[in-house]
Amino acid sequence: MTLDRLKIGKSSKIVEVRGEGALRRRLLDMGLTPNTEVMVRKMAPMGDPIEIHLRGYELTLRMDDAKKIVIEEA
Amino acid sequence: MILGLAGNQNCGKTTLFNQLTGSNQHVGNFPGVTVARKDGQIRGHKDVTVVDLPGIYSLSPYSNEEIVTRDFLLNNNPDAIINIVDATNIERNLYLSMQLIELDIPMVIALNMMDEVRANGGTIKIKEFQKQLGVPVIPISASKNEGVEELIDTVLEVAEAKRAPRRQDFCSGAVHRTIHSIAHMVEDHAQRIKVPPRFAATKLVEGDEPMRKALRLSENEIDMVMHDVTEMERELGTDREAALADMRYSFIESLCASTVVKMGESREHRRSVAIDRVLTGKYLAIPIFLLIMMLIFWLTFGVIGTALSDLLSLGITAVTDAADAGLTAYGINPIVKSLVIDGVFAGVGSVLQFLPIIVVLFFFLSILEDSGYMARVAFVMDKLLRRIGLSGRSFVPMLIGFGCSVPAIMSTRTLSSERDRKMTILLTPFMSCSAKLPIYAVFTAAFFPKHAALVMILLYVMGILMGVGSGLLMRGTVFHGNPVPFVMELPNYRMPSAKSVLLLIWDKARDFLVRAFTVIFVATIIIWFLQTFDTRFNPVSSGSDSMLAMIGRWIAPIFAPLGFGDWMSSTALITGFTAKEAVISTLAVLTGTDVSNLPQALSTLFTPLTAFTFLTFTLLYTPCIAAVNAVRQEMGSVRSAVGVVFYQCGVAWIAAFLVYQAGRLVAG
Repeated sequence: MTLDRLKIGKSSKIVEVRGEGALRRRLLDMGLTPNTEVMVRKMAPMGDPIEIHLRGYELTLRMDDAKKIVIEEA
Repeated sequence: MILGLAGNQNCGKTTLFNQLTGSNQHVGNFPGVTVARKDGQIRGHKDVTVVDLPGIYSLSPYSNEEIVTRDFLLNNNPDAIINIVDATNIERNLYLSMQLIELDIPMVIALNMMDEVRANGGTIKIKEFQKQLGVPVIPISASKNEGVEELIDTVLEVAEAKRAPRRQDFCSGAVHRTIHSIAHMVEDHAQRIKVPPRFAATKLVEGDEPMRKALRLSENEIDMVMHDVTEMERELGTDREAALADMRYSFIESLCASTVVKMGESREHRRSVAIDRVLTGKYLAIPIFLLIMMLIFWLTFGVIGTALSDLLSLGITAVTDAADAGLTAYGINPIVKSLVIDGVFAGVGSVLQFLPIIVVLFFFLSILEDSGYMARVAFVMDKLLRRIGLSGRSFVPMLIGFGCSVPAIMSTRTLSSERDRKMTILLTPFMSCSAKLPIYAVFTAAFFPKHAALVMILLYVMGILMGVGSGLLMRGTVFHGNPVPFVMELPNYRMPSAKSVLLLIWDKARDFLVRAFTVIFVATIIIWFLQTFDTRFNPVSSGSDSMLAMIGRWIAPIFAPLGFGDWMSSTALITGFTAKEAVISTLAVLTGTDVSNLPQALSTLFTPLTAFTFLTFTLLYTPCIAAVNAVRQEMGSVRSAVGVVFYQCGVAWIAAFLVYQAGRLVAG
């Protein structure tokens, strides 16, 4: 399953980051590497982007980009 | 001696820079890009310059900020790097440190916000921590100015001794073998272009294009690199970029596991999450944001702005009157008097009238930015701007555009991507600024007294639509390609420091005065000259004989297809270039009336339809000289500024033409 489908308030572990180029590199640089625990904190009022919690800090990314992040099944 | 200050965004880098340098700062740009560069002398060490590098998370080659930092560190031979690391967010902050260490430049880590870590029950075993990293680590609190002296001493010592980081190898296994083998292979190439072989090798393993090109590897060498990399990817079962990111984070995790006693969830973080339940909550986020912006607008352009402007114009009027009386008593030539009063004093006055707005607005903006709220606005508003290829970060600057384009354009400096910054600068002038309101007011009073509000809303919406259209056009042409990823940190809310806020205001005000003064002043003098003399340089008795009126007559035919081809309106449009509200005063002078009677006078010049086309044109045509100058300053290019003038005049003409022709069809 991918990060965009993780319910608000739930956590999971990253399996793989797909995509390419600047976006993928940025995600990796920000610490979204395999085995990292992520929690979805909330969704923006207009339904996109989402706010996630990882490595002790808050990060926001768009739904389309969250689709590229493969996580462990709940 | 030159020091580079590098670190993530939101880690207190600016605060530390201010502590290090006081107000001895110089703002400029990195060559060739519009990425801001701040230099300053370290307090008490006049011969030591510290350069505030852009806030970045990695040395990847994807954004100009990252490339500029890399180029600076590799080519400008800084004597040492101060790497500021937010101790409350240590894992992600150290990711950049790992790459900086590979540059083989003397380096010191400033471990910021240690007070916060300790207050929340955490601690870091500094001795063991710096032993494992191989660089000195100094715990500091930039906001409380703790540890900064020790930091300076350590950096100077490390720089003088040219003590490079003691360790660069943070990897093991396949990654280790690959980096080492490639480092050996490219050693000669790397030394030729003065890049540490280790850094070159790591970047090659990551698949870094600029590095591969810079090294000028032979076909054979590229094949060998690829062979090693493929081998590594096969062994690890992952790709090159993920492998290296994983290698760095793995080391950081093991380092932190052995040296960092993690704090519990910090008070600051808990507080942030609680605040965000309201400020980015589902129902309240947007209303609260609008409320905050309305309050800022009301205070800036209403209460405080008006009060300060009134005070300022009171002062200017007093000085002008005194000068006027003095000159008259002296019996000076009326032309010279007019030059002083209508030219010089009016010029200085029109520069100064921006100052209250800039000061007050940047007071609020820097609070929004430093507190961490601006990132939330980007989060909340992102979806709206995505279609035109921008992110939520551009929302506030564009909104400020409805007040005044000058501070709006200046405020784009905080956007972290150059592409977004440029695009936002180009779109902001389409937001109808408040100086155009007097024009709308007079025209709606004259022609649409019953539908004044409707006409105004229509104009504002038209400006926004043109902005959106231009955004789409630019996304497809000038700014094609992938936008910079919107993967943004939401930092904890923090109390903005008075010092940072004041320094920013001082910075912006000085910036504006220094760079805008000449341009606006000269433009005002030129307009005065053209208005005062005829072609034989005789002073004119009536406005219709002036050179300006003559130019107005020349260009009037351009506006004939728009329905207002008379010389008075084109002359008014020219003076509108110095300041939009001048359109109204010029029309009043030329029609021989005053502003209060102008609505009646206008009915001889315009029909309701041509009045509306005139408003359309005024809405969209070139921004005023102060705004154009702000574009030039922030884009670092005269060509872009001139381009903006022509592009907007073109858009305005086409839009007004369509409005006029459509109106004629409807009217039959």
